[in-house]
Amino acid sequence: MLKKISFTVNDTPVTLEVEAGETLLEVLRNRLGYTGVKKGCGVGECGACTVLIDGTPVDSCIYLAVWAEGKKIVTIEGIARNGELSRVQKAFVEEGAIQCGFCTPGYVLTATAMVESGKKYTREEIKRELAGHLCRCTGYQNILRAVEKALNDQAQGGGSCASYR
Amino acid sequence: MFNIQEYFEAATVEEAAALLAAHPGLTVIAGGTDVLIKMHHGQMAKAGLLSIRGIKSLEGIRQLEDGTIVIGALTTFTRIINDPVIRAHIPVLAEAAASMGGPQIRNVATIGGNICNGATSADSASTLFALNARLKLQDNQGQRVVPIQEFYLGPGRVDLKPGEILVEISITPENYRGYGGHYIKFSQRRAMDIATLGVAVLCKINGGTTFADVRIGLGVAGPTPLRCPEAEAYASGQPISAATIAAVGRLAVKTTQARTSWRASKEYREHLVAELTERALKAAVVKAGGREVA
Repeated sequence: MLKKISFTVNDTPVTLEVEAGETLLEVLRNRLGYTGVKKGCGVGECGACTVLIDGTPVDSCIYLAVWAEGKKIVTIEGIARNGELSRVQKAFVEEGAIQCGFCTPGYVLTATAMVESGKKYTREEIKRELAGHLCRCTGYQNILRAVEKALNDQAQGGGSCASYR
Repeated sequence: MFNIQEYFEAATVEEAAALLAAHPGLTVIAGGTDVLIKMHHGQMAKAGLLSIRGIKSLEGIRQLEDGTIVIGALTTFTRIINDPVIRAHIPVLAEAAASMGGPQIRNVATIGGNICNGATSADSASTLFALNARLKLQDNQGQRVVPIQEFYLGPGRVDLKPGEILVEISITPENYRGYGGHYIKFSQRRAMDIATLGVAVLCKINGGTTFADVRIGLGVAGPTPLRCPEAEAYASGQPISAATIAAVGRLAVKTTQARTSWRASKEYREHLVAELTERALKAAVVKAGGREVA
């Protein structure tokens, strides 16, 4: 049973027919080539498949593609602008917050939503916001530092450089 | 790829009710964070789905003129946590909602789904039990309202008749005004975990010295969320003291039917009921405007 849906991915309009059982993760990776969206647990526990849907982090492995109708989706491929890394991405590089890299796209997207919110976060609040992601390499400390840094950079730099489009 | 045989979408409650009447085997899906995971694990034989996520009238929270707080069944956990009405009048529900899953799950999971899934561990349920929440159910014949305590029938079983959907959850002012509340989720991890025990306590105090009313809602202390009538009856009129609170904790265990699971043994859960009821009641006293009990 196919259903025709339209949405945008990183500002690019997409229209395609999907099966009711297809996940957004599968459509993004397998049909549209956004392989920065990772499949981890498949049950919404690890956060590797996180994308932003209308600016909000969502696990795309338990989100049916048919629900994406009319939505604005951002994947990791949409974060750097004209080849320049975003504040969040730069902070991850500077803090060495990446080892194998499988969890990184998800973390960067959640952190991007945090930066975009304009809110201030304590370290405890940052931990809470990142709790939907698992990283089996870093031990989390460098990731926490990177997100803290990106939030501070944003607070000091104001809106002069959008962290993502 | 989920094995979905049939898939329908409803834009209004009436449309959903008509579709359910015409196709009685459909499973209602909203946020999908329980239904899709059950499907992933092969726990759902029939996979005909009716998505109600497009029913805009079921989203959000409003307060009626008489003070009643009405929560639409499709309200997400994130929205409950941030809602000004909830934060001002029943912050304990926001605490409970914040303990569920992680941010990505809370952004899509709905309170109606949490209840209709029928799990004793549902983080919102023990608090809604303590608040005497009432559930409005609708089918193509009409509506009925049931107290949440009567809605839970057993593990994973709720009183949804074929063709019915949950449309809203309401909490009347006499059930929250003047109460202080506290929720404790006991789990192995502080996020992304299912409760070993959930304890929601509400209390109202008389002139700073005695309990006017105490309500205890427990999750995972039996096959369904439950209240502790014996402990609650005892507390009413008693002086606010460490001795009273300890006795309330001990009495709370009496109405539980905890069992052993891989998460915890029956004995450990019973210990948690007594201990955490005490701790939650002490915190609730302070939130109700009482003096701290050491």
